[in-house]
Amino acid sequence: MSATQRKAVSLISGGLDSMLATKVIMDQGVHVEGINFFTGFCVEGHTQAIRQKDKNKQKRNSALWVAEQLGIKLHIIDVIEEYKDVLINPKHGYGKNLNPCLDCKIFMVNKAQAWAWMEENQFDFIITGEVIGQRPKSQRLETMPIIARESGADDRLLRPLCAKNLPPTLPEREGWVDRNAMFDFHGRNRKPQMALAETFGFKEYSQPAGGCCFLTDKSYSNKLVDLWKARGDRDYELDDIMLLKVGRHLRPRPHYKVIVSREEGENHYLAGYKNEYISLESKSHNGPIAIIDGMANDEDLKQAATIVARYSQGRDADMVQIEIRMTDGTAKTIDVKPISPADIPSTWHV
Amino acid sequence: MNKVESLFKLDARRLLCPMPVIRTQNRIKELKAGDKLEITCTDPGALSDIPSWCRIFGHTVLSTNTVDREIFILIQVNETS
Repeated sequence: MSATQRKAVSLISGGLDSMLATKVIMDQGVHVEGINFFTGFCVEGHTQAIRQKDKNKQKRNSALWVAEQLGIKLHIIDVIEEYKDVLINPKHGYGKNLNPCLDCKIFMVNKAQAWAWMEENQFDFIITGEVIGQRPKSQRLETMPIIARESGADDRLLRPLCAKNLPPTLPEREGWVDRNAMFDFHGRNRKPQMALAETFGFKEYSQPAGGCCFLTDKSYSNKLVDLWKARGDRDYELDDIMLLKVGRHLRPRPHYKVIVSREEGENHYLAGYKNEYISLESKSHNGPIAIIDGMANDEDLKQAATIVARYSQGRDADMVQIEIRMTDGTAKTIDVKPISPADIPSTWHV
Repeated sequence: MNKVESLFKLDARRLLCPMPVIRTQNRIKELKAGDKLEITCTDPGALSDIPSWCRIFGHTVLSTNTVDREIFILIQVNETS
């Protein structure tokens, strides 16, 4: 090994693989710092943070927790704007849902190397926790060189958990790291990772179920497609994609959608949007807050009010008073009969 | 020369994890050692994440306080490498 201490930046997702990959390289005397990118779609307990019923569940950022366990710095970078192009125009296409996993990985490695090679940072190489065969879209033998090449990281991209299955990279050839102290993991079997975690004394680590991204979720992807279709434009803002995680979404007409909270926590969350969206709330019975996404006219608002009434405690009442609050703070109250569940076509549910 | 230390405020209400941490991280880059930053958040995850971020980067959490659904976290900025 060279006498100069080399520096690596590690893509920390918060899962076990990147935690292990980082530890393997730290143990070789390399100075490692973590990097984590927030796309807006990362599964980071948002639903738990919002919903009251989840209030006792542990809420923490997994990537930060991993960094703290490893004793390394973690730089969290907001890439929401830049990520739009990855999602809207993925060169390598989507996975099962709207997940552009391969383009996403290329993008993140590219962003990591841009950060790592900056004059004030001066890192030598990049680490990921990728394992060949682990993920059907992005972690395959044939995608490994594509990620290295198209990200621009080339042979400064090291995957310690499967390095022995890949050609030697620059850090290995230069002796910055010992290839023999790395691994040849492959496939979806998690046992080798769990065994390695045990040797490192990692008792606790996150076990992601269903991926690390909302875009792998069918229901979420459907809501995003619906949003794009309704607006006639494949674009979004952060609030749009956050709101897709909250409430029931019903689209009675192509030009507007009602987002109805399902419980107290979501009520509080949607209440925070009252100055940006028209909101509806029952005044005569306990019930949800709803907001309107789109351009609703008076007739639409009356229809939305019947939906809000249906999800209130007054669902069986003859009349429910619904307050309709405009974004400028003006409000009016109307009496409506709650819509019958039979009159809500399944096609309204997004 | 005496250092002038100041109290700065950051409104991270309505933002969900990890945005309160990102905003804190970016704001602290503009501050100097000795300055204090009070962050107001509504995501309960911030109570775990911001102190965790401070421990990693060597800043000091002076207090955390929750009033209704708002969380106030006061940080002292330290000199870090």
